[in-house]
Amino acid sequence: MDGDDETSGPMIDEFYANGGADDGDKRSRRAIMSGDQLDVEAYAALYSGRTKIMRLIFIADKMNNATTQLEALRMAYDEIKKGENTQLFREVVQKIDGRLGASYGMDTAWCEAVDRRAEQKKEKLENELNAYRTNLIKESIRMGYNDFGDFYYAHGQLGEAFKSYVRTRDYCTTSKHIIHMCMSAILVSIEMGQFPHVTSYVSKAEQALDVHDSIIVAKLRCAAGLANLEAKKYKLAARKFLETGPELGSHYNDVIAPQDVATYGGLCALATFDRAELKAIIDNSNFRNFLELVPEVRELINDFYSSHYASCLEYLGNLKANLLLDIHLHDHVETLYDQIRHKALIQYTHPFVSVDLNMMANAFKTTVAGLEKELEALITDNQIQARIDSHNKILYARHADQRNATFQRVLETGREFDRDVRSMLLRSNLIKHDYNLRALRKL
Amino acid sequence: MDPLEALVAQIQGLSSTSSDVNRLHSILKQADDLLRSKSTRLPPLLTQLDPSIHSLGFLYILDAYMTSPITKTQAETAVPIATRFIVACSDQIRLAPEKFLSVCRRLKDQVMLLETPIRGVAPLFTALRKVQVSAEHLTPLHSEFLLLCLLSKCYKTGLSILDDDVFEVNHPRDFFLYCYYGGMICIGMKCFQKALDLLHNVVTAPMSVINAIAVEAYKKYILVSLIRNGQFSTSLPKYSSSAAQRNLKNFCQPYVELANTYGNGKIAELEAFVKTNEEKFESDSNLGLVKQAVSSMYKRNIQRLTQTYLTLSLQDIANTVQLNSPKEAEMHVLQMIQDGEIYATINQKDGMVRFLEDPEQYKTCEMIEHIDSSIQRIMALSRKLTAMDEQISCDQLYLSKAGRERQRYDFDDFDVPQKFNI
Repeated sequence: MDGDDETSGPMIDEFYANGGADDGDKRSRRAIMSGDQLDVEAYAALYSGRTKIMRLIFIADKMNNATTQLEALRMAYDEIKKGENTQLFREVVQKIDGRLGASYGMDTAWCEAVDRRAEQKKEKLENELNAYRTNLIKESIRMGYNDFGDFYYAHGQLGEAFKSYVRTRDYCTTSKHIIHMCMSAILVSIEMGQFPHVTSYVSKAEQALDVHDSIIVAKLRCAAGLANLEAKKYKLAARKFLETGPELGSHYNDVIAPQDVATYGGLCALATFDRAELKAIIDNSNFRNFLELVPEVRELINDFYSSHYASCLEYLGNLKANLLLDIHLHDHVETLYDQIRHKALIQYTHPFVSVDLNMMANAFKTTVAGLEKELEALITDNQIQARIDSHNKILYARHADQRNATFQRVLETGREFDRDVRSMLLRSNLIKHDYNLRALRKL
Repeated sequence: MDPLEALVAQIQGLSSTSSDVNRLHSILKQADDLLRSKSTRLPPLLTQLDPSIHSLGFLYILDAYMTSPITKTQAETAVPIATRFIVACSDQIRLAPEKFLSVCRRLKDQVMLLETPIRGVAPLFTALRKVQVSAEHLTPLHSEFLLLCLLSKCYKTGLSILDDDVFEVNHPRDFFLYCYYGGMICIGMKCFQKALDLLHNVVTAPMSVINAIAVEAYKKYILVSLIRNGQFSTSLPKYSSSAAQRNLKNFCQPYVELANTYGNGKIAELEAFVKTNEEKFESDSNLGLVKQAVSSMYKRNIQRLTQTYLTLSLQDIANTVQLNSPKEAEMHVLQMIQDGEIYATINQKDGMVRFLEDPEQYKTCEMIEHIDSSIQRIMALSRKLTAMDEQISCDQLYLSKAGRERQRYDFDDFDVPQKFNI
């Protein structure tokens, strides 16, 4: 368990091996988020649109299990065929590399047809837009640009799509238009990985929001949460995910599934919230709806809160392999896991004057030596105020003597002041001297 | 009558009252060239004069004598004369401080020529006290004196003048050298904090161009701050001159890299780095200090352990700190307990070290006295600071400059620069 948190790449393989061995057992516990051997299909069903394809491709890239990899690629292939993105199509075909038989090979005819159609459509759109612009009909120009955005988005030219969507801004007349523009921009930015844009468009949309459309609000919270997650502001991310209303449902499944909200929010919260805030999560009826979708995360939070660290860490360990396959979370898994583990250690030691390391090691399913190392790091960071009796394997809480500390600080400050003033006086004298010298030279 | 004879007679006659001495001074000034041209005939004249009564005359003749180029044997005779003079001379020398300084410098040169720098330590110390107006003044002799102390390894004697708080400086070069040599003496005495302060003064002193003293001082500053604080930040405080901020680092590249390597906390890396750059450190004659910095890292790591552990076996200490054997760890811990750097007891039976808290309770009379004296000292310093501030804000040059630099005057300030420029 200890190793899981520190290692990244090579450990994953082992996890697959484990997963294979007790597959049945795990499958029963993990519904959707647990998907190494299983349900790429169930996973993919949660999403729609471009993100589905991207997530599948991402899983295929990260997987070293050939069957699942091909499974993911096959579904991505099918999905792309429904759309018009030939660029992505070629990439996927290259990745499949003929391993799925002739029916999943390069379909040049399809590509050409799509490309030709795209050319024609583009021309048509351009003509229309030009016509609108000469007539100066605001609403039509907006529609024209919007269509262009949709067109580029469908064909995978995200940069162009973003520009087109943003251009509609000047022609927005109602707040609804503005929100539409913002939502499109956010969608494209998320796909591009430009999360600073996401943040700014979320705040723009929030300003324009006058009618309370709870679905839009929920979507915006999710987008903001994602942006904060990517910016490593985990606490803010957790807040945003927690604020997400249950109305979200599967309305935003071209970006995020409600299961993801629970997982992202839950993990970020565990890593950054204190006990009182965690309690609030458990009692939060809104978020509970999400947690019901991913029972592991719910159990995880409950375990953490009721200090069953061993089972909590076990859940985390089981989830890890799948979280690493998540397109948004994979980068942050290690950090979040480390933080959660540190918090667990800190919380465990907090109420005690002395802690038997053997028992603590048991509770965390690790060795005493490993635990000692972890504790040492935390003490050095001043996160735990305690000292280790390595002979008897006991951790003693340390109570800082305020009086002595104050004396020490006072003396130190006095010394510093003394030194600073003296060197200041000296410097000013030197400067004075230099100035006088120059003045003399002038005379 | 021989002009020199006449001069001696005048000296003998005009050495009692202050008006006479002033007259003598002008006579001597005119006779200076004459004295210099006949420098070989001077030693016999000196025997006719008493250095304590005829100090001024003695000084002029001695200076003329010592200024001439000199061989080792001549130096052998000149050094005792000069020493005797410095010890005996009276206040008259204050009339011709330049001459006196030059005599002292010659003395320093000659003892160095004789390769017996220790002979100059005592006389220069006396001379320094005689020239000094107050203990706060830095004289040009300070640096010469410290140099001799360094060369003769009389660090303790040198330390005695470093305890004075120096505020008044006449020449920046004296100041730079004073602090640099002073820093080296403190390093020799292992007073690293004081050394750090002194070197800090050099590095942050106002300078318009970089100078060699500052560069050398910066190198030592890096090493000493590693030894003393276990860390070094390359950014200088913002009050240091821009020349120093911009250039010092470039001249001390290996040292800055050493500090970076030190910061990583890996003994092996540090030692490898020192090994590859040994020549550079050697040629700067800083190798000893570098080695001290390396060994300070062990101490630093052991000290860190005291923060985290109550008891720890010697074996574990050796492993964590990357020492070869528990025996070696024991030596280090023992040494540190002796130096008062950590508080611990070693149980040799089972090889455990028990770390204790700092026993200082801040309750003793000595501690109260110590705190009280610190308060007094700081109050005195604050008063000085206020006085200085007042003095500067009344300074004509400062006001006219401040007035010039401010493009638009406040209405209230409007007449200030003009009033002072008249």
